[in-house]
Amino acid sequence: MVAFDEMRPESAGLRGPYAAYEEWLLQQDAARLTEKMHDAERVFRRSGITFAVYGQEEAAERLIPFDIVPRILSGSEWRRLTQGIEQRVQALNAFLDDIYHRQEILRAGRVPKELIARNEAFLPEMIGVRPPAGVYTHIIGTDIVRTGENAFHVLEDNARTPSGVSYMIENRETMMQLFPELFQNIKVQPVENYPQLLRQSLAAVRPDGAPNPPTIAVLTPGIFNSAYFEHAFLADQMGVELVEGQDLRVIDGHVAMRTTEGYKQIDVLYRRVDDAFLDPLTFNPDSALGVPGIMDVYRAGRITIANAPGTGIADDKAIYSYMPEIVEFYTGRKAILNNIETWRCSEPDSLKYVLENLSELVVKEVHGSGGYGMLVGPAASKKELEEFGKKLKAKPNNYIAQPTLSLSTCPILTEKGLAPRHVDLRPFVLVSDRIRIVPGGLTRVALKEGSLVVNSSQGGGTKDTWVLDD
Amino acid sequence: MLLGRTANGLYWMNRYIERAENMARIVDTGLRLALTRTSSAADEWASVVYSAGVGTGFEAKYKTYDADNVSDFLLRDQTNASSVMASIDTARSNARMVRTALTRETWESINEAWMSLKRALTRPIDQRELPQLLDHIKRETAQIRGAFHGTMLRNEIYNFSKIGTLIERADNTARILDVKYYVLLPSVSWVGSSLDNYQWESILRSVSAHRSYRWVYEAEYRPTNIADYLILDRRMPRSLAYCYAGITESLAHIADEYGTRHGCHDTAEATRARQQKASIADIFDIGLHEFLSEFIVSNNRLGEEIGRDFRFY
Repeated sequence: MVAFDEMRPESAGLRGPYAAYEEWLLQQDAARLTEKMHDAERVFRRSGITFAVYGQEEAAERLIPFDIVPRILSGSEWRRLTQGIEQRVQALNAFLDDIYHRQEILRAGRVPKELIARNEAFLPEMIGVRPPAGVYTHIIGTDIVRTGENAFHVLEDNARTPSGVSYMIENRETMMQLFPELFQNIKVQPVENYPQLLRQSLAAVRPDGAPNPPTIAVLTPGIFNSAYFEHAFLADQMGVELVEGQDLRVIDGHVAMRTTEGYKQIDVLYRRVDDAFLDPLTFNPDSALGVPGIMDVYRAGRITIANAPGTGIADDKAIYSYMPEIVEFYTGRKAILNNIETWRCSEPDSLKYVLENLSELVVKEVHGSGGYGMLVGPAASKKELEEFGKKLKAKPNNYIAQPTLSLSTCPILTEKGLAPRHVDLRPFVLVSDRIRIVPGGLTRVALKEGSLVVNSSQGGGTKDTWVLDD
Repeated sequence: MLLGRTANGLYWMNRYIERAENMARIVDTGLRLALTRTSSAADEWASVVYSAGVGTGFEAKYKTYDADNVSDFLLRDQTNASSVMASIDTARSNARMVRTALTRETWESINEAWMSLKRALTRPIDQRELPQLLDHIKRETAQIRGAFHGTMLRNEIYNFSKIGTLIERADNTARILDVKYYVLLPSVSWVGSSLDNYQWESILRSVSAHRSYRWVYEAEYRPTNIADYLILDRRMPRSLAYCYAGITESLAHIADEYGTRHGCHDTAEATRARQQKASIADIFDIGLHEFLSEFIVSNNRLGEEIGRDFRFY
């Protein structure tokens, strides 16, 4: 199976979006490029753009490797993509509203009831709650994979607390520092206004009766969280406070933060803390990361929590396989972006198929993320396959399976020159009174030759993603 | 608007940066004494450990005072919370926590100091390299200070940081003076006489004042002059008077910015007023040791009071 190379596909020549870049590239000296590659690493390390890898004490703070060859999309490719993404996030929000109110999609039999009822991501506490401005998932990172010239698929809808947007911005910043001349010659649409757009979006969904502009804060679990850098980065760039649970308290029916001059009311909270830790009075009682009583304030409509609690039910991997139906149910149109064919191991026929074809499939945990607990059939040893088969039989409800996709490739710079590697794409979507998508996103790249796992926790790197202004 | 936790983080970040630098200076003093004195080096290194205020921790771990043990404990031992490595680590953790309150230059200088010192201090210390290592530490902290003063807005963030630095510095100067004086001054009758002793120079050296002292007081070391210089001289940037002039100034800025005064304002100003009125003769009348131990306690108490008044916790 030959992967589609986005720069130079097997059967055709150089693709249009890469023409101007290649012209520049041909004039570059290989040694200079390698040097630039090391410069980039120094820039990242110095500014502390690191992420933590859980369970690896040695490398408590690691850099996500950055590749200096950009991934380039044409303006028209991007427009097609954004139409599909917009349709999808509209459907996600409509689905969430429905699932926490009338549940018409269940009554219509388009999504099975059990899938909701026994799903941990479904929060009964949200039943009947309508968030300010009616938005549930405000910030979404839709994972997209490409398999051909016109074949884009959604791999995951990250509708809880997607991360990576700081890399999108820092990658661009780094590229502009390293290769200013490129940006003079090639018109690339800007991404650096994302924090301003995020701030506008959050302000637009403030609660009724909140001051305008509202007081916004970013809630982080703290410096030991793997995405702490991003939390600080976004708070800083938006010009809002970065708070922890210990700074917050419910006072007179509002959430307030402890400042050197006393407590100050917060109207919109961009939280990067999981649902379970948000309110020890409602959810996990041991949580020190959240705010006791915040759910009461929320239900009283006095604070916006972005994303709303309970949005996980929309990006659950078990729900994912129903997304084509969900999109059609709420938008009345066929989904513009395709899903990936998915076998639900909870269904006996599918389980049988999956077990028989394990060596060709990718099997994922329904509630997992970050590439943990996943099996890539073609790359697994016989023993690994056997062991995974046992896990699968023991808890089939826990898994879904997908074909091993031939993800598109983009060249990266290696010590031996350019070489193709598999990539995916995570554009970032902001939902408020309108939908905003910054032209670009996070391109993750599997640095190991032939590898299909792009997750940063599993040795993936990132690239700057260009959307051309053409 | 500043979070109480952020003010706390800034305060401790700066205390620990200051502490790392002081620690390097104290070790430098020990090194100098060990090189210049022919008598017992163990006594010199013991005095270094006591100046650093970590005697108990050291004795729990080591039996002998020597260059290897002492420099290891004060510079790179992570179990000693005041070692240079532990201090820089704590300073950086605090800096990460208050990242949004720092300029990029300030954050990067702290992060770079952490990276390069971590590299330098992972290996056991080679005594031949000790002078370079101490220079390296001082250079890193100087760089942080330069970035901080060159780029930070003069607002509450700046003032809480400055207060942290100065409270730590006052504590350090008072402690060095107390320990050394205790060891050095055999009898009160010596006060006022001229002494020719490397030890006296070592007091000044450990607060980087051995040259400036000579600009102010000629070449002779007199106990009263040294005490006067380190306690009451407001021109001397590590003296108690200088620290309290800065602390009261920063607190006054914060009061102006917020439009409110707290108990800590009165406490700091009272200490400063006492320093302005006192002469070194008065202090020797009370007893230098008594004066200094009381100062150390009240200095700590001021830190806690500031934390309460501005809701650090």
